[in-house]
Amino acid sequence: MTTQITSAPVAVEPRKGARRRPEASSAARVGRPGFLWALPATVFFALFAIAPLIMVAVLSFMSWNGLGSPEFVGLDNWSRLADDPVMLKSVWLTLLLTALGVVIQTPLSILLGVWAAGHQRNRAVLSVVYFIPLLLSATAVSVLWRALLDPNFGIPARATWLFGDGNLFGEQATAIGVLAFVSTWQFTPFHTLIYQGAARAIPQVLYQAAEIDGAGRYRQFFHITLPQLRNSVVTSMILMIVGGLTTFETVLILTQGGPGTDTTISAYYMYQKAFKGFDFGAGAAIALALVIAATIVSLIVVRVSGYDKMRSDMEGVS
Amino acid sequence: MSRGTRSRPNYLAGAGSMLWLFLVGLPLYVMLAATVRTRSDYAEHGPLSFPESFTLDNYTSAFDSGFGRYFVNTLLVTVCVIGIVLLLVPPLAYAIVRNRSRVTSHVFRLFLLGLAIPAQAVIVPMFYLISEAGLYDNLLGVILPTAAFCLPMSALILSGAMRDISSELFEAMAMDGASPRRMFFQLVLPLSRGGLSTIVVFSALQAWNGFLFPLVLTQSDSTKVVTLGLYNFQTEHGIDIPGLLGAVVLSMVPVLLVYLFARRALVQGLMGVGGK
Repeated sequence: MTTQITSAPVAVEPRKGARRRPEASSAARVGRPGFLWALPATVFFALFAIAPLIMVAVLSFMSWNGLGSPEFVGLDNWSRLADDPVMLKSVWLTLLLTALGVVIQTPLSILLGVWAAGHQRNRAVLSVVYFIPLLLSATAVSVLWRALLDPNFGIPARATWLFGDGNLFGEQATAIGVLAFVSTWQFTPFHTLIYQGAARAIPQVLYQAAEIDGAGRYRQFFHITLPQLRNSVVTSMILMIVGGLTTFETVLILTQGGPGTDTTISAYYMYQKAFKGFDFGAGAAIALALVIAATIVSLIVVRVSGYDKMRSDMEGVS
Repeated sequence: MSRGTRSRPNYLAGAGSMLWLFLVGLPLYVMLAATVRTRSDYAEHGPLSFPESFTLDNYTSAFDSGFGRYFVNTLLVTVCVIGIVLLLVPPLAYAIVRNRSRVTSHVFRLFLLGLAIPAQAVIVPMFYLISEAGLYDNLLGVILPTAAFCLPMSALILSGAMRDISSELFEAMAMDGASPRRMFFQLVLPLSRGGLSTIVVFSALQAWNGFLFPLVLTQSDSTKVVTLGLYNFQTEHGIDIPGLLGAVVLSMVPVLLVYLFARRALVQGLMGVGGK
């Protein structure tokens, strides 16, 4: 358990885990578990995660109102969504909120993570309070902030010098601000943990060498810490993007997509279409679009960052 | 910042962390303070003031609105999800780590891919599948997909833990003619207790906090879970903020208790996500 940190990075390069294993010698084949050991979990997972993923693609070409059987309608769902102004707006809002999340949370969680990786006084106590948002359900977090920011009884109503009329949910800009803030509040601790683990694993020799060369704290941060955290930045950003594209509870509970459709992001629109409007085909199409978008963005991040080639860059460092 | 420079305090990071502490601490304080005061006290003096009254009515009213039942349902879901994960993941991780065939590495890749599948992506077909299976509005219909979505992360965490078992131990047991089964029960399981507790905590958290599957796959009050209870409480009694926050606090208590006992397991498991 102590070397937990070294496990393979999320969904980025699965081959890595496999490659790390030493080659099996023929003698070591004795007493190895057969594939049957993996079968129950694989079947279960295929049934409840992979099959629905395939079905969502199929359903996106079908019309289904929740009762009876789905009917094939070709590209009808897709062409309707392409002409739907709310859909287009939701795509833009989703991208905006996701980008806001990445831009705000990345620097914040790197700083906090690097800080938490050091030996600070009171760290044990702090880390209990710090990471509480990590434990709370998105539902609890959203309900909590909805109550705290209530236009009539919440904090903004008491601090009108800061919040104007106190109704943060009444305008698009402030409603989006609230959503970005609540996501930051909820997810920064998680990303902080990722960076904390990675910062702990940076070889101390690097800092000692830099110290001898007379590099100050900030030069050390920018020339050693940040470059060494590259892998984690990629992992964390991918998780942020996938999380951002699929934000749901926060919007459902905090703004219900409002005012009007000003915070109706795609995942929420999908829920509305499918489970409120009984247009499950359109819902499936939006869901599929989200999966495709998340996959493409993840691949782009991996490519642009050079993550897939990063192993060779790291050679000679550790 | 690092052990090498710990002699000089890092004021900037220190200030940042204090700000974060404030951002997390203040809402938590406001929440706790609100739950022990009367509604009129809260409405009159505002959330930031010090409570002038003391009452536990907000907690009892949460129970009166059905939270006792929701707790039992959530507990049932959580225990069953943990059961499924503990039944399926250890053999899977064992095969991933010790069976070196091409098939298992493909299987591992499939599970890693699964890490990136959000519940939203599959909720429409899930609704179809669960309805067709006759499990709509049945807690089993919530348990099965929730457990399935715990598998990728649990497999990643546990296979990481099992990789740490030294191969000499396996070879020594193989020398004695031990079967894979015996190795699994006498060597692998005892030595991966840390990883096992991490996946238990992780799955428990997932199941306890789950929202989307229960929202879409259940309907009646008798199958309601805590998160849904919170959501309904908000839509129905949104104006009763102390009561609402009382319900939020109640929903957190079991998680915080588990966290206090299993902090190490949880934090290590989550740190493993980062990779290096």
